[in-house]
Amino acid sequence: MDPLDIARWQFGITTVYHFLMVPLTLGLGPVVAVLQTRWVRTGDVRWLRLTKFWGKLYLINFIMGVATGIVQEFQFGMAWSEYSRFVGDVFGAPLAMEALLAFFFESTFLGLWIFGWNRLPKRIHLATLWIAVAGSIVSAYFIIVANSWMQHPVGVELIDGRPVMTDVWAVLTNNTALAAYSHALCGAAGVAGGFLIGIAWYHLWRRRHDGIDTVDARGRVVVGEARDVPGRDKIDHKVWLTSLRIGAAVAIVGFGGVAITGDIQGKLMFEQQPMKMAAAEAACENGTSFSVLTIGDLGAKDCDELTNLIEIPGLLSFLAHGDFDTQITGVNSLISEYQQKYGTNLPENEIYGERSGEAIEYVPLMPVTYWGFRIMIGFGGLAAFAAVVALWLTRKGTVPASKWIMRLAVLGILAPFGANAAGWVFTEMGRQPFVVAPNPDGVDGVFMFTAAAVSPGVSAGELLFSVITLTTLYAVLLVVEVSILVRFVRAGVPAAMPELVHAEGDHGDHDDPDDPDDPDRPAGSGRPAKDDGVLSFAY
Amino acid sequence: MDALPTLWFVVIAVLWTGYLLLEGFDLGVGMHMLVSARGDRERRLMLNTIGPVWDGNEVWLLTAGGATFAAFPMWYASLFSGLYIPLVIVLVALIFRAVAIEYRGKHHSLRWGRAWDVALGLGSFVAAFGVGALLAITTTGLPIDANGDRVGGPFAWFSWQAVVGGLAVVGFCLVHAAAFLGLKTEGEVSTRMRRFFRRAAIPALLPIGVWVLVVQLADGTAVSWSLVVLAAAGAAFGVVASRRGRDGLGFLGMAIFLVAGVASIFSAVYPVVLPSSLDPASSLTIENAASGGYTLGVMTTVAAIGVPLVLVYQGWTYWVFRRRLSVHHIPDARPIVAAVRR
Repeated sequence: MDPLDIARWQFGITTVYHFLMVPLTLGLGPVVAVLQTRWVRTGDVRWLRLTKFWGKLYLINFIMGVATGIVQEFQFGMAWSEYSRFVGDVFGAPLAMEALLAFFFESTFLGLWIFGWNRLPKRIHLATLWIAVAGSIVSAYFIIVANSWMQHPVGVELIDGRPVMTDVWAVLTNNTALAAYSHALCGAAGVAGGFLIGIAWYHLWRRRHDGIDTVDARGRVVVGEARDVPGRDKIDHKVWLTSLRIGAAVAIVGFGGVAITGDIQGKLMFEQQPMKMAAAEAACENGTSFSVLTIGDLGAKDCDELTNLIEIPGLLSFLAHGDFDTQITGVNSLISEYQQKYGTNLPENEIYGERSGEAIEYVPLMPVTYWGFRIMIGFGGLAAFAAVVALWLTRKGTVPASKWIMRLAVLGILAPFGANAAGWVFTEMGRQPFVVAPNPDGVDGVFMFTAAAVSPGVSAGELLFSVITLTTLYAVLLVVEVSILVRFVRAGVPAAMPELVHAEGDHGDHDDPDDPDDPDRPAGSGRPAKDDGVLSFAY
Repeated sequence: MDALPTLWFVVIAVLWTGYLLLEGFDLGVGMHMLVSARGDRERRLMLNTIGPVWDGNEVWLLTAGGATFAAFPMWYASLFSGLYIPLVIVLVALIFRAVAIEYRGKHHSLRWGRAWDVALGLGSFVAAFGVGALLAITTTGLPIDANGDRVGGPFAWFSWQAVVGGLAVVGFCLVHAAAFLGLKTEGEVSTRMRRFFRRAAIPALLPIGVWVLVVQLADGTAVSWSLVVLAAAGAAFGVVASRRGRDGLGFLGMAIFLVAGVASIFSAVYPVVLPSSLDPASSLTIENAASGGYTLGVMTTVAAIGVPLVLVYQGWTYWVFRRRLSVHHIPDARPIVAAVRR
């Protein structure tokens, strides 16, 4: 087997997997912080319950992101040592900045938040969460700066055949990075929105199903209470309805942002990596039309066998340039342009191993780029539409009694995840055959073929060992994570606030309403922290 | 010689020291949960002493890795690709450990708890051993060619020094965590861990002594030898202090031991960062492995802002969670029940 292919699978699996957890962390974190802020401001116990419940799910997911993030940082050196040597002068810096300026904050302050209930003064406890959340958002920025340098290298000079950083501000304000970063943040909001809607929907449905909530003749909700089911009081209804509406708002704003930032990013990509965008469109010849459906063998070497079944004239030009008649260069013209600039064959150099002298395939895998692009947009649009429908269906204070709509809402949680994953697969595979794509306006020679990037000293067997080990581990842990999430979701708020169930004569009785005006009160309860007391949270 | 590569050599030594000093007791606590704790409540007590801080401590490892990539890309590339299989195993161990800490308490059954205890204990052991082996290899040698690539197959990194380094960090973590648990708990666990600290200190720190001597005999300088003496004095001071019931000073002794010990190793090998065991001409040094002056300058500014901040707020975290815990502070485990009308 070819070490390069195994190494690419390894990187792809780890990255896509890591990015299942990351957008939920990025999107849900600010939501939880706002919920807690509302609680500290108003003292309304509804907000405390919201904070505790969504905070618990946030943490269950967070840890998986942390655990898989370490692999991300290490695998550059392990599997891509030639890449690390080539780009180290400029690529390592944002990674180190991320650790020092963001991840330290995130991890340390999240620990303070988790264990700080009833121990830190309320406002300081709230501040620890905001700092942790800010840490995660800044952390994403540095990682995207690093990735964007691979998409569009800036701020360097070529010295002795290696890019050497000369302008860190150019790297940090790379227009590719700013577009991709805002796009990723909006996408993360979409993930969090879908997550909130789906889970809140389940609980509102469950309350109706269990006969706790009913609807009157005009279809308006009549909120009930169940003494036999822990936590199912009237506030509980408010908790889920609020969650659902916040979720829908976050999703709609998020997906709106995704569309705007995606458009900006798309226009940049038409300039910076025209081949990626032509391949996303399966646009073989120059033209102006956007393909809605293209048939034929997308994987065929010869682009001319494709037929555009349905196309919208002018739309492609509009996406790329904002008008309807600028010709967009197609794949076939781009191939000869790229061959002229970057050669027809890989150089005869030992770093290419058996691939030295091989013809360079400049067109990325078209089925992946074409469908990746469409899955990203399709799932995103679907989820945005579903969020609007969710708001409409719940306008009278609860969800329809239908089990099937509930199942759709829960299943809908997956759509934004799918859109995020497809987006990354598209942008990373669309950059091939380059690992560092050439910048059309940048310094000549600052690019790298993926074929040259893999570790020369590492054997196919070693790479295979890591792919099998890590993939198996990821699969097992995904099952574990989802099963824990499901258990906590089904248990509702009491899973995160045991005091709702074990109120009397038990440890951790926090039912007292709080005095919101006193900033020095410890967080989480109306009682002062006792230094000899039982921990209000423990692993 | 340019000052910046030297400065970054020191920064990376500091980051590894911070990692071993802080995560050292996290890893040791994970191992003690498996071998020294009696019953579930004691295990949870131990786990909760590191609960608020372990994740922040682990970032020192990521920072050490990231800083090595930024400041010495050749070192990062050669070391990490050369140790491919051991690093995969370390990563698996770190993943298991992180997930075990968070998920152990998310369900209450005997099998669930035991499974995660094993994941946590073994994960901590393997991670400690692997990090120790990696540090030993980068201070004693790896068969790399002129391009920095490992020669001789997937297991060419194996050497008796790597095993000694692995045992050294495992031994250190066990003793360091015993000193930490003695300080952070009260009652039976505290007594037991103090006793472990006093009895196990000498045998468990023996491998680290061997590693230090190997490096010193090869490349020792007057400075590095004096650090060795300081490290030994620190360990002795810690044990004596613990014997007199001064847990804080006992822990301080271990901290001095570690800081001086790591400093003695790094100062002896300076300016080599990864010796080639094939040909000294292929060795990576702070000169031929470093990034350009501009990058190092930028990173120096970042570190000058970031590192002091980290020290302040991590220090504050330890202050917030300063009180000793006993088994009576650990709340009852509560089942997670679906909110469903039956």
